[in-house]
Amino acid sequence: MRTIIFRFTAPYLTALMLLFSIFVLLRGHNEPGGGFIGGLIAASAFAIYGIACGVAPVRRALYFHPMAIAAAGLCFAVAAGIVSIFAGTGFMTGLWVFPKIFGTEVALSTPMLFDIGVYLVVVGGISAIALALEERESD
Amino acid sequence: MADSSDIAILKAEAMVHGAFAPSDYLVIAPVALCFLFGAVLLMLRKRVDWHPFIAIPGFALLLAADLLLLRKVASSGPQTMMMGHWKPPFGIAFTVDMLGALFVTTAGFVAFAAAIYATGSMSRTERRYGFFPFMFLMMGGVSGAFLTGDVFNLYVWFEVLLIGSFGLLVLGSKHEQLDGATKYCFLNLVATTLFLITTGYLYGLFGTLNMADIADKAGRFENDGALLTIAVLYLVAFGMKAAAFPLNFWLPASYHTPRFVVSALFAGLLTKVGVYALIRVLLMLFPQQHADLATLIAWVATLTMLVGAFGALAQSDLRRLLNYFVIAGIGTIFAGLAIGGAGGEAGSAMARAAQAATAGATGAAATGAAAAITPLLPGSSGLVIGLSGATFYALHSIVVMTALYLAAGMAARIAGTASLRSMGGLWRSQPALAALMLVFLFAVSGLPPFSGFWPKYILVRGTFQAGLPWLGAAILVTGFLMTIASARVFALAFWRNAPEAEAAGSDEAFGFQPAGKPSPVLSMLPLILLALFVVAAGIAPQWLADMTDTAARGIVDPAAYVGSVFGGGS
Repeated sequence: MRTIIFRFTAPYLTALMLLFSIFVLLRGHNEPGGGFIGGLIAASAFAIYGIACGVAPVRRALYFHPMAIAAAGLCFAVAAGIVSIFAGTGFMTGLWVFPKIFGTEVALSTPMLFDIGVYLVVVGGISAIALALEERESD
Repeated sequence: MADSSDIAILKAEAMVHGAFAPSDYLVIAPVALCFLFGAVLLMLRKRVDWHPFIAIPGFALLLAADLLLLRKVASSGPQTMMMGHWKPPFGIAFTVDMLGALFVTTAGFVAFAAAIYATGSMSRTERRYGFFPFMFLMMGGVSGAFLTGDVFNLYVWFEVLLIGSFGLLVLGSKHEQLDGATKYCFLNLVATTLFLITTGYLYGLFGTLNMADIADKAGRFENDGALLTIAVLYLVAFGMKAAAFPLNFWLPASYHTPRFVVSALFAGLLTKVGVYALIRVLLMLFPQQHADLATLIAWVATLTMLVGAFGALAQSDLRRLLNYFVIAGIGTIFAGLAIGGAGGEAGSAMARAAQAATAGATGAAATGAAAAITPLLPGSSGLVIGLSGATFYALHSIVVMTALYLAAGMAARIAGTASLRSMGGLWRSQPALAALMLVFLFAVSGLPPFSGFWPKYILVRGTFQAGLPWLGAAILVTGFLMTIASARVFALAFWRNAPEAEAAGSDEAFGFQPAGKPSPVLSMLPLILLALFVVAAGIAPQWLADMTDTAARGIVDPAAYVGSVFGGGS
């Protein structure tokens, strides 16, 4: 698979797919998309990078171990539920804030935090599996 | 397109109203704590030396939350929290009644003890592979299954605990472990799929998956084939999870392969989750169908008990023998579930009388006929007695089976083998361990003065009252056979002198540390903790019997449960 064309395009493709995955993640609240599918897109981006350039560069680029990323996502998801204790409502109640950033209203919410958690869990979990499989193959 | 004010009105209609006290969060705390600690430990996966110092306080916190929850439920009845504040039956409900609270507390207790034990017995590599994170994940699933009030959510928790248990099962990646894990995974996936399909049928029939909602509606349904089909399918699915005959063969094929701590957790908790789900679904949601199936359950119980007892007699490997003890215990619990519903008309009449009695203000007066069946449970009907005995036995079994596996693990580590043929002399070298083992073996056989005696007593009395003397006889025979099997364990592994040391290295002993003696504190402390429960429940059983009686009444008459979901409880 290590043709020059593939190796040349893979980093650009990975960057594009990652950007797209974040776009899919953020539009997920009201339109098709969300953390799970976004995470899958991001994980396949890392898989492509791994196929083209080897697993070691991917692990270097990720910096954190994929499982640690998944664990951080789990923390985010639990935190999104626990925030509602401070608002005095039931576990996992959706809470919203609309701060103005540079004159634009930005909707931030606990469902978004939860979705980011799902995104990270999927990215971490699937990348860990994909990288392990690719590693085995290249030995 | 509705504008924002319309959305606000719609939302106000769909959401639960009312103030929340922080103590309401106890309902969700066990699950949230497990996932939080599991995730933190996973992030610190490189720092395996820190793991025990985070995990043990984590499990202590879990146990504390469970105990507080139990106290709250005991003092003020079933508790409900709607996820995301959505109104029932549309939102997912977490509803804890006495039954769930008792199970979750016992599970937390056992996990705490097992975590201390694991600190002394898991190697660095296994911690590195994620023993504690997987354990937290599994405990999160177990706690969620005990706390949820939604059938589909119950399915999800089953999946979560299965994923955690798969991880624990293959820790170490030995050939035997993978072999055991394959059988375990396959059978559990079949059972889970059956569970999911049945839940689909249930939703098609009722249009709701909220347990309180179903319990409320099921009584008004005509008792036709559809409900019975669902009940039978659930019986098969949960019977497979609980390892009841004839679907018990996966358990002895897989539970002896992982580490002793892992076996202990599995044997203590996982089969009991199946039992709990069966009680919740069959007895609370479909009492009529349960009455129809009671004779079948009685037969399943009898055969499960006998298979377990005879299987235990036939084994010479300590852990395989204990596997069969688990199965015998499941049979005994099932026997309790058969009481009350069995005997056809008489049984269901009794159940209805019990419902009428507990619904009325003065329960004791109406059940005068059935009163004073046993001194432990005055004024209870057959169904309540059977269920209470089964719950008591299940709680006892969680603690004792875990304790037995942990004690066996320690014995096997000291002896360097788990085969009864080559063990021996532990009485002389480890008197404290031998004494504790004797306590647990007495308890598991149902001998006084330990915790196994009273639930068996309640169950045997209940079977005779309900006109099922053969079921009572089966319980007694099983107890006798288990006593023989226990005596064999004790006589061979502890009492006799150590046989001539075989020069051949024990390759079969793949479950043990190469490094000789375990740390005495880390191994003995959890055993002593578990023994305290066994002795306390054996010498003074009334406090536990009162609680299991409350739990059984709450299942037989789920008015309080339904009220906590739909009434002022939320």
